[in-house]
Amino acid sequence: MEIPYTVSTRPDTGLWNAKVGIWLFLASEVMLFGGLFSAYIFLRLDAEPGMWPHGLLNVPVGTMNTAILIASSVTVVLAWASLKMRRFTAYWWYMTMTILCGVIFLVVKLAYEWPQKFDHFGAFIKKEALEKYEPYLGNHHLEQKGLPPRREISGHLHNHAAMHDPNVKEFEVALDPVNADPTNPANDRPHFFYKQPTDKIAKIEKEDVEYFSMFEPRHSAYFASYFTITGLHGLHVLGGVLVFIYFWLPVGSKLYKSNPEHLANRVEVVGLFWHFVDLVWIFVFPLFYLL
Amino acid sequence: MNNPPDVSPDPSEHEEYAHNVQKHVRAYLMVGATLLAFTAITVALSYVNFGTQKANIAVALLVATFKAGLVAAIFMHLAAEKRLIYRVLIFTGLFVFAMFWLIYLAWYNPIVAPH
Repeated sequence: MEIPYTVSTRPDTGLWNAKVGIWLFLASEVMLFGGLFSAYIFLRLDAEPGMWPHGLLNVPVGTMNTAILIASSVTVVLAWASLKMRRFTAYWWYMTMTILCGVIFLVVKLAYEWPQKFDHFGAFIKKEALEKYEPYLGNHHLEQKGLPPRREISGHLHNHAAMHDPNVKEFEVALDPVNADPTNPANDRPHFFYKQPTDKIAKIEKEDVEYFSMFEPRHSAYFASYFTITGLHGLHVLGGVLVFIYFWLPVGSKLYKSNPEHLANRVEVVGLFWHFVDLVWIFVFPLFYLL
Repeated sequence: MNNPPDVSPDPSEHEEYAHNVQKHVRAYLMVGATLLAFTAITVALSYVNFGTQKANIAVALLVATFKAGLVAAIFMHLAAEKRLIYRVLIFTGLFVFAMFWLIYLAWYNPIVAPH
């Protein structure tokens, strides 16, 4: 049986069917991401002073990924316009660029940004031991300036065994600049460029630590929401790329030869999905990377 | 938008159609450039102190909303869409508003750990 109203408009809706379908789907997507964003707002408003991290993500890399997604939104809409003008070769090249953008975005996220976080260590100091670690926290200095206190010492963990072995009594951490020289305002987060941990090693006794974690979802409400939202967003990018590849393969040119307007409409539908994914990222980027 | 070229038997209509899409293409490129520019502006503004953290968040969200509006209106063709789509989106907007309202309710009647 032929699928009805793939190119012609259905009289009662005034639209071809897939257009209605994708918008209903996007409406449900708005609710899905809306729920996660409202959870983010709730967690953030509820965070104790100084407990919502700032500037832990790499801003230039995030900016580049934002630009890549915007560029891919342009190329996919140009791919659609090329089909409307019946220029298949142009369509195919725009589609190639779109797929490349999506793949680069995912590679940057999964091969660079996430692993760098998983390799970073943070220990939250017990309230009664904060004074002992004052040289790494600089809380007197922060208090004078009316800034929220620091509870966490972070950096590169040298003795990973300390995470699991009860016989190891302390963490050896190559400190982040903010802990290596905490009273220097130049080290205060956020920074535009990512600052590597320094060579300065601190020994943190385990019994002074309230809890510790790599920069994983369990580290904080911040990273939990970051990984959940960017993970779900990444799955959407992957889904979009897979559909793009499908229409980029010979399936696309076959459909183009038999019914070019149908291919144009199908590309418009996946394009709408892709723009939505871009639109979500437009909010993710400032909320997690910049603020 | 007019009929696609291969539907119309008249060659002049074909040309007019291609010309129309060509005009859209220029708009898409302009919007893309604007979005990139505003991404740079968002990053720059986040290093400007607007007094409080809340003010900075408000400014960033304002810029993000503007960018999202451009994407929705131009790339997603919402600037000129059929009535049914708008109806669906109005309901979506209401439901999202209701969902965010729940945060306020949780503040109004917070969960407190028993001591």
